[in-house]
Amino acid sequence: MQKFIKETGLVAPLDRSNIDTDQIIPKQYLKSIKRTGFGINLFDDWRYLDPGEPGMNHSARRLNPDFVLNNKKFAGATILLARDNFGCGSSREHAPWAILEYGFKAVIAPSFADIFFNNSFKNGLLPVVLTEAEVDILFGLATAEMPVEITVDLETQQVTDPHSFSASFDVDAFRRTCLLEGLDEIGLSLKDTDAIHAYEARRSIEAPWLFRE
Amino acid sequence: MPGRTLYDKLWDSHLVTQRDDGSALIYIDRHLLHEVTSPQAFEGLALAERKPWRLSANLATVDHNVPTENQSAGVSAIEDPTSRLQIETLDQNCESFNVTQFKMGDPRAGIVHVIGPEQGATLPGMTVVCGDSHTATHGAFGALAHGIGTSEVEHVLATQCLVAQKMKNMRVTVTGSLGFGVTAKDVILATIGQIGTAGGTGCAIEFAGEGIQSLSMEGRMTVCNMAIEAGARVGLVAVDEKTIEYVRDRPFAPRGEDWGRATEAWVDLVSDPDANFDHEILVDGTLIEPQVSWGTNPEMVTGISGYVPDPQLDDDPIRRGAIERALKYMGLEPNQSIVSIHLDRVFIGSCTNSRIEDLREAARVVDGKRVADSVIQAMVVPGSGLVKEQAEEEGLDIVFREAGFEWRDPGCSMCLAMNADRLGKGEHCASTSNRNFEGRQGAGGRSHLVSPAMAAAAAIAGHFVDVREWL
Repeated sequence: MQKFIKETGLVAPLDRSNIDTDQIIPKQYLKSIKRTGFGINLFDDWRYLDPGEPGMNHSARRLNPDFVLNNKKFAGATILLARDNFGCGSSREHAPWAILEYGFKAVIAPSFADIFFNNSFKNGLLPVVLTEAEVDILFGLATAEMPVEITVDLETQQVTDPHSFSASFDVDAFRRTCLLEGLDEIGLSLKDTDAIHAYEARRSIEAPWLFRE
Repeated sequence: MPGRTLYDKLWDSHLVTQRDDGSALIYIDRHLLHEVTSPQAFEGLALAERKPWRLSANLATVDHNVPTENQSAGVSAIEDPTSRLQIETLDQNCESFNVTQFKMGDPRAGIVHVIGPEQGATLPGMTVVCGDSHTATHGAFGALAHGIGTSEVEHVLATQCLVAQKMKNMRVTVTGSLGFGVTAKDVILATIGQIGTAGGTGCAIEFAGEGIQSLSMEGRMTVCNMAIEAGARVGLVAVDEKTIEYVRDRPFAPRGEDWGRATEAWVDLVSDPDANFDHEILVDGTLIEPQVSWGTNPEMVTGISGYVPDPQLDDDPIRRGAIERALKYMGLEPNQSIVSIHLDRVFIGSCTNSRIEDLREAARVVDGKRVADSVIQAMVVPGSGLVKEQAEEEGLDIVFREAGFEWRDPGCSMCLAMNADRLGKGEHCASTSNRNFEGRQGAGGRSHLVSPAMAAAAAIAGHFVDVREWL
């Protein structure tokens, strides 16, 4: 898995709550059997003026000038900022795949939907929960005339700007280690092979009907 | 020992190992697969030269992409090449890894959350996962069931386990008897309206109280199905006689001596009286009326006698902005009555509401009437081949067809419009599905979430009506 240690970059402010996975990557693109190719369709319905379908030449489509990611000021942003309950809806891992492929390394919001939050960690995308007040300040910084770059540091668990902004965030110890070291979670779990076999042996006596072929 | 919740018991009985860093490995009894979230997982497994840990725990079917017309023509006849490839890929993966699959056209095939319980592949006390957020459905059986992403699909295939953190316990108690003509769908929509789309984030919700106990197993599945729309990955209902009777004699259910032992164990799948919940929510079941969503997420919902809200009356600027955006997208005016909303299409189906009782409920409303001329399309999509067969045995297909409904083959269909069934831009749809997100049922489409009976009545009237007046 891709590591995440520290990211310094511009912030793209997407000022909405309840951004659902159907907005992050619409369903017509989920027909792909690959893990790549989703970045160009991130926020497809908001980003383009015409309806999109797989197989189109998306770079020739008309961009929605009112959508924040199409504002040149935020070109190259690597940190996405949003409001409450980001990533609600489906379990599609295509959502973090699309966000990463677009170029974001971290998403900051006051809260995330559980499945999206979990899927992000599996792919090296860091979801950062800050308080609403901190998120408000970041929206102010991001939309200022001269936006500053901010730094998200997983080792110190801090979000900072070059001036006075500083906020700390919590992250689960296991997920933090996996991200910092880019660990293969399956390989890690397979180190517990003996424990899994022992569980199966015990459980198949307690609940044999669960183990009939 | 202090009392344990149903969720605590399910967690404890599946805990393989608790690690020092707070994470845990939990064992997965049943893994359901479908074509959309599995191809990259199978690819990852093959690349790492890993094999499925326990083949018999896996059951696959195709549902999201399948056409709902002319399935008997076979996969090769599917027009959309990307849909066809995804379905063929699952067929190939199941063949090469030897995973049991109900292929398109098999009467046992259908929506993954309909066929699991229908086959008895979902049992009380199990852990059930699937690469689909509506896996919460299976919690109606007192099973710990939740959606997972593709990386976790691969993880479960390879290890039969998941790395998990324990969730918090929430109980939603629906008190009192439900009113005449009020259904499971209305209960869950009203609950989401009350607690919000993030109300259950981080929690396993146990649904309890008279309003839940009185529901059939199919109704309980409808409720648990939409736990995720309240932010909770897990919905649960305690096991009772109805649970056990529903499971009895299903193809994958335990038999003989196993059945006796299993049912003895299942009786304990209830929260202890002294169990502690982190959050307790009370919903007054007697006040719930048939619900209709007016906005672009499932908490934007109100009763049939209600009105579209006025954003100017909301003090919170973020919420006011969200309502304004939703009304613009939905083409609705503040203070407009719900019954004044006219429909272009009607969809009866999805993992929320496509089981036999749902179809019976809708057919009862439709019987002898005609779909309004102003409605372009009204369709019924059964949840599985077996639901379709059962409905046809009861003559429900004739009731629907004579009223002007289309009677389709099983699949997810217009719930998420990955196949050819979809809304056009600006079209209003009365839908028995679970999500009214922008574009969910087709780019620019406007979804209104309702029960099967309410959808059926709306199809006949051409606008929303209080179905209780028709029963």
